[in-house]
Amino acid sequence: MDRSTFWKGFFRQQRPLIILGSIVVIVILYFYLTTPVITEAVLASAVRHATPLVLGAMCGLLGERAGIINIGIEGQMLLSAFIGFLVNAWSGNLLLAVFAGVAAGAVLGLLLAFMSVTLKIDQIIGGTVINIIAVGLTGYFYQAGLTTEGKLAPIALGKLAEIPIIGRPLFNNPPITYATIVLVFVVHYVLFYTRWGLRTRAVGEHPKAADTLGVNVYKIRYINVILGGAIAGLAGAFLTLEAVGSFERLMTNGRGFVALAVMIFGRWTPLGSWGAALLFGVTSAIQTQIQFAGVIDIPHQFIGMLPYLLTIIVLAGMVGKSRPPAADGIPYEKE
Amino acid sequence: MASHAPQLLMESLTKKNNQLEKRIPMNENIPLALEARKITKRFPGVVANNRVDFSLKKGEIHGLLGENGAGKSTLMNVIYGLYSADEGELFIDGEMVEINNPHDAIDLQIGMVHQHFMLVPVFSVTENIILGAEVMKGTTLDLNKARQDITRLSEGYGLKVDPRAIIEEIPVGVQQRVEILKALYRDANILVFDEPTAVLTPQEADDLFRIMRQLTEQGVSIVFITHKLREVMDVADRITVMRRGEVVGTTTPQEIDKRGLAEMMVGREVILEVEKDPASPAEPVLQVMNLSVNDERGMEIVHDISFEVRRGEILGIAGVQGNGQTEVVEALTGLRSPASGEFYLNGKEMPYGNPRKLIEAGLSHIPEDRQRHGLVMSYSVADNMVLCTYYESPFAKGLQRNKQAVLENAEKLIADFDVRTPGPMVHAGKLSGGNQQKVIVARELSRPVQLLLANQPTRGLDVGSIEYIHKRIIEERDNGAAVLFISAELDEIMSLADRIAVMYQGKIVSTLQVDQVTKAELGLLMAGSEV
Repeated sequence: MDRSTFWKGFFRQQRPLIILGSIVVIVILYFYLTTPVITEAVLASAVRHATPLVLGAMCGLLGERAGIINIGIEGQMLLSAFIGFLVNAWSGNLLLAVFAGVAAGAVLGLLLAFMSVTLKIDQIIGGTVINIIAVGLTGYFYQAGLTTEGKLAPIALGKLAEIPIIGRPLFNNPPITYATIVLVFVVHYVLFYTRWGLRTRAVGEHPKAADTLGVNVYKIRYINVILGGAIAGLAGAFLTLEAVGSFERLMTNGRGFVALAVMIFGRWTPLGSWGAALLFGVTSAIQTQIQFAGVIDIPHQFIGMLPYLLTIIVLAGMVGKSRPPAADGIPYEKE
Repeated sequence: MASHAPQLLMESLTKKNNQLEKRIPMNENIPLALEARKITKRFPGVVANNRVDFSLKKGEIHGLLGENGAGKSTLMNVIYGLYSADEGELFIDGEMVEINNPHDAIDLQIGMVHQHFMLVPVFSVTENIILGAEVMKGTTLDLNKARQDITRLSEGYGLKVDPRAIIEEIPVGVQQRVEILKALYRDANILVFDEPTAVLTPQEADDLFRIMRQLTEQGVSIVFITHKLREVMDVADRITVMRRGEVVGTTTPQEIDKRGLAEMMVGREVILEVEKDPASPAEPVLQVMNLSVNDERGMEIVHDISFEVRRGEILGIAGVQGNGQTEVVEALTGLRSPASGEFYLNGKEMPYGNPRKLIEAGLSHIPEDRQRHGLVMSYSVADNMVLCTYYESPFAKGLQRNKQAVLENAEKLIADFDVRTPGPMVHAGKLSGGNQQKVIVARELSRPVQLLLANQPTRGLDVGSIEYIHKRIIEERDNGAAVLFISAELDEIMSLADRIAVMYQGKIVSTLQVDQVTKAELGLLMAGSEV
């Protein structure tokens, strides 16, 4: 795909996102000119809110692009958050803990791949199994009072971090948030510009066509779902090791499912998902600011609904005709 | 456009008689590109291939002829590595080979053009062609180079495609070229075409035959799977006929005629012409008055048509597809509410959009698309056979279904209508096309029929099934039903109908007795010109 067709396709596919994006930019500029400090805080908070969502969305889209629906993202995140937390609490090593979380996610990915590719179980059931396993295991082994030894701290990237508006949100982040931004572009490149990506998309659209050309459908599905699991694991590690610093029961709080909405809103693309996750992140951040400021006399439960309400409106009203991969959720049977 | 259409149609009509130029019989000493010896492939309950021998000479077009389910596709899937044979040997260029998966076949320069195209609809032509054999620049796909290669290839073989086009946006005939290019891109010199004309218009099919000829001139050897007699007679150098998993024999178009081939295929004498007595029409069963029908967007597509069908006659509706026939059928079967007008069944006015009322008044409907409108593919054959009557005695008692009665009904109909199925509880989707159609015919004709509405009832079926369905339709006529028969095939309309109504742009332009019109005249009427 050369540059001009790429952009043409990009503008056609992402039109609602582009319109939304422009509105967002104007709004941000307006607020920055009136209250710069709060605006930067909101944006920085938005990027971090978006991190687990876009990671979850990329987990989902890697699977679905290869034809496997993953509704177990929530469970993958939760168990990875817990494992990462435990490893850190025992070893005191943050990096080791992050890897443990990623590995835990990958193992759950392997489980999902085994259920849906090899056993050909209904994929919704498979994902539900993972969610239940995660809730059960973390609930059972959870010990109150345990905390992590430190958490991943923000690293300012020198002068870059001092750029107005975007400096703080983009260049003064903890490691997993940086890694996420890089991953968005890496996954985008892999999916749309490499051999692996072409084969993945073919397998998700028309597995038999890929099979007749000698592409190993099962292998591609396995690896994508496992990679997706690892990415969801990173999201879990983010929650305990970077955002909170401890583990709580059910701390994922529906993020795995919101990530699926983000993925659909982002039309099964990493960049689109990132945009959608940022939008969601901004509303979450604004919601927090409103609650802190106490400027509006509305019960906080209602303000807390804002991001979720937005998800519903966006999914129901603005996505328009977005089409999942044709073979999404359908087990492939070789004859 | 209207002024050009008649000429085009006449051209395609005359082309049918003026067969593609045949080549002189081939020299016996030409080496074999491919040979299969004693291939046996068993599926649970059937032997799909029983000690099948098949050979393909270099540069020939070898027609592989047989009814649906005769084992043609199985044999080719064995050769392409999609199935593994239980017994038998394969030779390429005289050397014994093992083909365990498509990858092996591709390595041996075998390519396949599948009946249901193996193309990713949302991918571009280029992406589809390179999939599995990608050109890379580092880790990145080199789509520019791939496009150049494809352009060169497509020009070299006269297969015009736009490498950037998205598959779902190009016509079926062009999609097929992409399938062919996919094989050529992998250096195939043996090409298997599996029922390639099933999805093509007659013009596209003629194009394809020209392309096939051209490919053989460039050294490609072609296996051409089909169940259409005319096509093998037109293009094949040799013809191998299969029946029930076995090879019946190999012959050439010079040595045999269509009738002989049909006999080999079916295993008995086949009546290619429909035999029927003259009609003796009685009182009208269906009367349609000033019917107008709109399409989905609210545009009027059928304009104020009136006609009647009498007891004991077959009225054929002829017309190029998309001239309102589908909408008329949908209106008359209650699937679509007409914009205005009325229709009567046995003198009683029928309501709009109420299929059950119509069925209870004696309407039987064989729909155009058997898989979408005729059957519930995931239901058993038995359940499909009571789709119109499940709520009545004896199939229901109060709120409960009577499964015993459903099963007995199915067993009886399977025997009566010769449906080849492993059993009544098998999913309809598992049957072959011909047998699916027989399930529909069995269901529709097992009720008392006042009006039989058959829309393209033989589309995509093999000779044996076509003959059977024609016979049944004529039987219904002779038993006193009125038959409304829609077909895009002129030959079929002319041999089956007693009267013919020609539809053009949503109107009935003419109604004729079948013995008072020639095929050429009908063709002109269908194209909108006066005779």
